Formats: sequence, C-alpha cells, structure tokens
Amino acid sequence: MTAASPVRWTREDLLGIAELSPGEIELVLDTAESFREVGERPIKKVPTLRGKTVVNLFFESSTRTRSSFEIAEKRLSADNLNFSASSSALAKGESLVDTALNLQAMAPDLIVIRHAHAGAPHLLARKLKAGVINAGDGAHEHPTQALLDAYTIRRHKGRLAGLKVAIVGDIEHSRVVRSNIHLLTKMGARVTVAGPRTMMPVGIERLGVEVAHTLAEAVRGADVIMMLRIQLERQGRMAIPSIKEYFELFGLTSARLAGAADDVIIMHPGPMNRGVEIASEVADGPYSVILEQVTHGVSVRMAVLYLLSGVHEETA
Amino acid sequence: MATDLTPKSTILDAEQMARAIRRMAGEISERNRGVSDLMLVGIRTRGVPLAEAIAAEIERMEGHAVPLGALDITLYRDDLSMVAAQPVVKGTHLPGPLDGRVVVLCDDVLFTGRTVRAALDHLVDYGRPRSVQLAVLIDRGHRELPIQADFVGKTVPTARDELIEVCFPQTDGTEQQVRILERAAR
Repeated sequence: MTAASPVRWTREDLLGIAELSPGEIELVLDTAESFREVGERPIKKVPTLRGKTVVNLFFESSTRTRSSFEIAEKRLSADNLNFSASSSALAKGESLVDTALNLQAMAPDLIVIRHAHAGAPHLLARKLKAGVINAGDGAHEHPTQALLDAYTIRRHKGRLAGLKVAIVGDIEHSRVVRSNIHLLTKMGARVTVAGPRTMMPVGIERLGVEVAHTLAEAVRGADVIMMLRIQLERQGRMAIPSIKEYFELFGLTSARLAGAADDVIIMHPGPMNRGVEIASEVADGPYSVILEQVTHGVSVRMAVLYLLSGVHEETA
Repeated sequence: MATDLTPKSTILDAEQMARAIRRMAGEISERNRGVSDLMLVGIRTRGVPLAEAIAAEIERMEGHAVPLGALDITLYRDDLSMVAAQPVVKGTHLPGPLDGRVVVLCDDVLFTGRTVRAALDHLVDYGRPRSVQLAVLIDRGHRELPIQADFVGKTVPTARDELIEVCFPQTDGTEQQVRILERAAR
C-alpha cells in the first residue's frame, strides 16, 4: 500500500504538466493505482460521478485518446457527450468561444478538449465555469498522456527518479514530448532526446534534457525508450528526405536495442507506424509495454476526472 | 479541525476491547454454525484491523483461517460533492468471488449508516453473496438510514457532535482503545 499523499488536489483544470508540482503528479499516479482495480472487476463501473456531465470536445481527430476518456467517464458513471470537429458547428464557422459558451449553457461539469492550436484549452478555462482537461493542444501539451506514461514507467520500475529515459523522433512537433519532459524532469529522471536535426527545436536543452544526435547515443544505458510517431499525414511538408532513410537512422530495431539496460521498456504513444519509427519485432517484442500504456490510460484519466470533479469554483 | 477535540472518557481499554472482539468472533461462528462459507470484509480504514482481529480469534477458536478482504467505499459515497477536495482512494481487495458466501462486513463505528449503505452497493458490484451481515465495534446511534448491526462490541449513547475515536496499533501506532472526544467549549 502506498502511503496517502499529503497533497490535496485544488485545481479546477488540468491544462498542462508544466504548472504541476511533483506532489500533485504523485497524487494523480497514486489515485490511478486505485482505479486500475476498478478495471479488473466483473462490473467495471463505480457510481462516483453519477449526475455529472462531461463533454468531449475534439477539434482534431483522435481515436485512442477520445475513446480512453469515454471509457473512463463511463466507468465513473458520468454522462458524456461527444463533439468532433467534422460534426460540430465549428465546421459551420462558429468560433471556439461561441461553441464553448453554447456548451456552457447546457451546464456541463467538465470539458475535455483537443485542439490544433496551443492555448485553446486555456482560453476555455478562462471563459467557462466547467473544469477543463487538455487532451492535446497543438504542439504544446498533452498532460494525460505524460501521466499515463509515467504511471506505466512507475509500475515497471517502481520509481521515476534516477531513470534514464530516451525520447526519439519528431521532437519539434510533439506535444507528448513537451509534457513528458516537464513531468520526467520534475520527478528526477534524466531525459535524452534524439531525432533528425530538422525535427529538433533549437534550445530544447533549456528544458533540462540532453540532446543526442544518433539513436545509438540515446539508447545507451536507457531504462525507458519512448518512440514518437512520425506524422505521415504531414508528408510533403516533412522535415526528412524519406521515410526509408528515417527508419535507417532512427527506426528502433532489435539490433539497435543492444546498448540499453537489460530490463529496458519500449513505449509509444500511438498510433504507431510499423517500419517507420519502430520495427514490428520491437513493437511486439518482450520489452514492449505499448498496449499496457493504453490500459493504464483509462486508469489515469479516471483519476484525473475524479480529482477535478471534486473542485468547484467556490472552493478553488 | 481535530485540534479543538478533547478526550471525555475511555469506553474500552485495550483489555476490554480484546474481550469484546473475542465475544463478537464467538457470536459470528455460532450464528453461522461454523465458518466454512464465511468471508470477513473490513471497511477502510479501521474496519480492516477489526476484521483482522476477529479473523484471528475465529481461527484460534475454530482452527481454520477465514478469508479476509478490505473495502474502500470512497467511490460510493453520497457526499462527494459536499467535501472540499476529493478523499484519497486506497482501493479494494477481496480474496475471491463473493457468490454463495456469507460476508461479514466489519467497521469500527456504526453512526449514520451511510458508510454501510455505500459498502453494500460496493459489495454487490463484486457478486452475489448468500447473505451479508454487519459487525461493528461501537454502535453510537443517530442512524439516518434503516440499517442495523448483527454483531456489536458495545452500544454507546452519544451526543451528535461528540466523536468516537477508535485506535488500533496498525492504523494509529498506539495501544488499542476506544474513547469519546468532545468539542472544547470556546
């Protein structure tokens, strides 16, 4: 049994990892541990959020994150409502704030938002009474992904502090990386990022990470390797000459795992491109925890929904 | 907070508490004619050491162990929207399926009955016990729901704003005892 965290959750919104304290991160992870057990019961549902309404507002396509939030909401007995970009009034030219104010008029308790532009969740949080959860805003943050990654690492390694974590791929365009760097460095892990120079933002070291220029350098001694998705849909605007060349230089294969720790775990936020950033032999291999990440995503999102739903404007 | 509470009297000292638990264990095995289908489930936090103590007594008397579980009812509370910050969830662990078993719920203090209501809702999400019985160390009255205990260590009349403090070495690091605390006049 983990000792009760002394920290109390007082935030109305979860907008990013950057503003969280290590104690708050620990509290979310400990709470998620309790919710994991709910997913293992014959009846995977608790009445905790009965009568609460959660709106899932997805302005960008997402299958995994949206369905993960949806399952988490349903297991907590919340009523949920899904809006996606293609079906919402946004396609008819309504502004984000107008969409949000219309939703507000229906009095939801929590809004989960994904948006192509950084800061969209923050705008909503300022305008609305409902609590806001950032489910990915542009290349800025994706806090629940970082929390589920940390939860998965902690379950395997028992800790975060002192671990060497390599993050490989398109560092420039990844919100997953930003949230993960904030989280892992706050918790005392050593983070190395690697990727083609054209995908490496200038000054990334200022976030407290090391930069490696080859995959081998990043993998050496790593306890955790996180592979990022190459956004194939950006093809033509991509910062690499070819997919084949990318796989040659940064694709993770069994042979390239040689220098890593013996009990290394391989992670990927999904959806993955086999044969681009990761070989099938690794994705399906013994070190891969990629599907576990998906399972843990539900527990972590239940924890976040639970913690946020206890904070009201009056008390915050 | 807890700072303005002062002890008024001791209801059970360590020896009296041990005797009450021993008697409850005897009543449980007598009522159920043995303990073969029994499962003891403690409600977190202090129902758990109570269930452990009862189980130890039953094992000593009957010669075989009773399965033990722990229930965290946080997610089933009816007052979550009334507390300032969400309570910490510590999790539920049951030793096996409930179907066909006689479950004895254990809690330290029976007061409004709302905890027991939540625990019953929680239990049925795990299966269909043959019956559910309730064992409490202290029944202090003031019920808000139609719930009664089957096994009671001691019935104590209390004023509504008094507090019953039950201590176990496992949870409180002190000798086991039960005290009444009252709010100090200001």
